[in-house]
Amino acid sequence: MSEQEYEENIEGFRKIISGFPGEKRYIIAIMHELSRCYRYLPRSALELTAEYVGVPFSQVYSMATFYRAFSLQPRGRFNIKVCDGTTCHIKGSNILLDEIHKNLGIGPGETTADREFSLETVNCIGACAIAPALLVNERVYPRVNAAALKEIIKEYRGGGDNDHHE
Amino acid sequence: MTTMNKSLIHLLLVCCGTGCVANGAREVYQALKDNLTSDDKAVLAATTSARATGCHGLCAQGPFVRILPEDITYCRVKAADIPEIVEKTLKQGEVVKRLLFRDRQKKTLVQGQNDIPFYQRQTRVALRNVGLIDPSSLQDYLERGGYRTLEKSLLDMRPEQVIEEIIKSGLRGRGGGGFPTGLKWKACAATPAQPRYIICNGDEGDPGAFMDESIMEGDPHSVLEGMIIAAYAVGASNGFIYVRDEYAQSVASLRKAIEEAENHGFLGENILGSALSFNIEIVRGGGAFVCGEETALIASIEGNVGEPRDKYVFPSEKGLWGQPTIINNVETWANIPVIMERGASWFTSLGTEGSKGTKVFSLVGKVANTGLVEVPMGTTLREIIFDIGGGVPKGRSFKAVQTGGPSGGCIPSELLDLKVDFDSLSQAGSMMGSGGLIVMDDRTCMVEVVRYYLSFLAGESCGKCVPCREGIKCLLEILTRICHGQGEIGDIALLEDIAETMQQASLCALGRTASNPVLSTLRYFREEYLEHIEGQRCPAGICRELSEFWIDPVICTGCGLCLPRCPVEGIKGEKKQAHWIESDKCIRCGECIDSCSFQAIKVK
Ligand SMILES: Cc1cc2nc3c(=O)[nH]c(=O)nc-3n(C[C@H](O)[C@H](O)[C@H](O)COP(=O)(O)O)c2cc1C
Ligand code: SF4
Ligand code: SF4
Ligand code: FES
Ligand code: FES
Repeated sequence: MSEQEYEENIEGFRKIISGFPGEKRYIIAIMHELSRCYRYLPRSALELTAEYVGVPFSQVYSMATFYRAFSLQPRGRFNIKVCDGTTCHIKGSNILLDEIHKNLGIGPGETTADREFSLETVNCIGACAIAPALLVNERVYPRVNAAALKEIIKEYRGGGDNDHHE
Repeated sequence: MTTMNKSLIHLLLVCCGTGCVANGAREVYQALKDNLTSDDKAVLAATTSARATGCHGLCAQGPFVRILPEDITYCRVKAADIPEIVEKTLKQGEVVKRLLFRDRQKKTLVQGQNDIPFYQRQTRVALRNVGLIDPSSLQDYLERGGYRTLEKSLLDMRPEQVIEEIIKSGLRGRGGGGFPTGLKWKACAATPAQPRYIICNGDEGDPGAFMDESIMEGDPHSVLEGMIIAAYAVGASNGFIYVRDEYAQSVASLRKAIEEAENHGFLGENILGSALSFNIEIVRGGGAFVCGEETALIASIEGNVGEPRDKYVFPSEKGLWGQPTIINNVETWANIPVIMERGASWFTSLGTEGSKGTKVFSLVGKVANTGLVEVPMGTTLREIIFDIGGGVPKGRSFKAVQTGGPSGGCIPSELLDLKVDFDSLSQAGSMMGSGGLIVMDDRTCMVEVVRYYLSFLAGESCGKCVPCREGIKCLLEILTRICHGQGEIGDIALLEDIAETMQQASLCALGRTASNPVLSTLRYFREEYLEHIEGQRCPAGICRELSEFWIDPVICTGCGLCLPRCPVEGIKGEKKQAHWIESDKCIRCGECIDSCSFQAIKVK
């Protein structure tokens, strides 16, 4: 799907949004659900959300940019989240970021041209005992080093299935 | 159900905590299920039951399969090991030796969990059920005495008595600040406004900490039970659990627990036939560190940007939607039911004068037995890191332990005999925080770690107040310069000056404590700063502009282990002869250092 096609998916957005009560306090929950389905927050979906819960668009927009869980840019089919929490950091998460850059040509916050991979850093995924760790979609990979990373990317490259997580 | 329980012979506990799942625990559990129910093993199925449990603690050695009542603990189990475990252990009563824990110090194999040194010095209070029960089974929780104290509190005690008991226990909040829990409740109960709310802070923002996660995942009912008891004590009608975005498994576990508790009348209208009506809702966070701060968290639940506000008035008087609100941390909540069950005087028998009870620590970083550790307050750092944690691996040396998350500090080896509690850590210039203990060895650069914390905090400062927003930015700039070899003599004084201003002038604790990493390392590791600035050298070999590596030809055995690890083919040498590094190729990634078992690779 192209960005435009996403934008045109108004009915889909409406369906998700109306699954929640029309109150301000459900904005984050709505955004989580939109992210889960579309892998980012399309602008028109945010506009609909603001209208639905009855707050100015600017407020929904500032929340979408404040919280790290949300992206205003489409993410790749496989979203790699490299943990850069303290433990992973001192165990070499920067080496993993370098390697991903070498292998896929993307840095944190970027997506490959074919929309297959995107890269983010996160602050701890709660797997510190087996650091350095990273997530691909929902799946956690423990004790990753440069060699293991190559294998992981290979595993997803060329049409690995999307349900690759648990 | 009950008849089967009677003939039950074996109980298998498979760790399905986050760490073990990442190492294939789900597959292990599935293989076990398949093996137990296959046709020819029908007899086994009737005498054996398998439970997927929360974290067993020693995540470094997982996935675990623990067999009760014999207490046989198998480590690093793979799905392929299951048929052998079923055949040998379950059918023939033999132990599969290769899967046992190996005590490296004593060079022996250890069979039972309780015989593994890691567990022997622990006292599990908040973690009492984690690893023993299936978190999705209310039945399991009830069998461990769950909800019995709720019943007792609700039916036999007056609300004031419950609050009095918590005050007497001396319990201090486990989320970082260490505020006395009972006093908070009392203040809330004394505020006339209705309705009142209860919040569980499950944001666990500190990187390197995962104890709240393990409790929410592995024993969700104990958190619910704590919250319901508080609801009774202060007369609250609704509860919220704010869970950080990354913890999908915690959300699933809590959701299931709430549903079951509702079905059995522990939540909802007229709980256990009493006048109490109380509901709990889960709110997923959006991934902002500052949202762990209570006023920001409240703003976030209300559906706003998570910015903190000034605390002239505490949430216990004016919290969620301006109503009286109790907010406590996950571990604090998990302590409540045990305190009510065993009494305040039992609780005060554990711990130190100013900090009662136990504390769960996540022991991670450069330490052998990484995982979760629960010890009485007042246990020394040395006992935790060396006796329980097994010390620093790979023959390297201990340098510091970081406590208290990004707003905590680094404690040097001279203070290893410090008895850990809220007050002693503050005196040492650090903090208890949520309980992350991150061990650092001589390959960790203290200046770079502080730079890391400030870049973390720069990204997390909500930006509402100037001292925090601008101060962090300035500190970060200076530290980055130092790490790049562009430090100046005046920098240290400048760092101290900015840090002290922020401590005094910031709006919320994020800004007020952001300078702790800077000040604590300047206090204990000033030499290392000077090495960077004056000596143009990073002794840990982390800051690339200031590091250069060489192989000591006398020590190098020519084993060649480092050679394939170098991503740029910068290492040369023949087998069995000393190797060398071509320094113009080397990108100073340090991969080789960590691969050399002889410590032949040195930092200039
Ligand atoms: C920047 C900042 C982040 C915090 N993050 C958390 C957190 O992730 N989890 C938590 O329980 N408390 C956190 N706290 C502490 C809470 O504000 C609050 O003191 C705590 O939830 C109260 O519960 P307790 O008394 O049971 O500890 C944080 C505080 C600050 C200043
Ligand atoms: S530091 Fe990295 S690049 Fe340099 S020799 Fe060692 S492995 Fe190779
Ligand atoms: S790993 Fe160490 S001992 Fe082996 S070749 Fe490399 S430097 Fe020499
Ligand atoms: S620091 Fe990376 S998982 Fe916790
Ligand atoms: S997750 Fe299995 S031991 Fe911690």
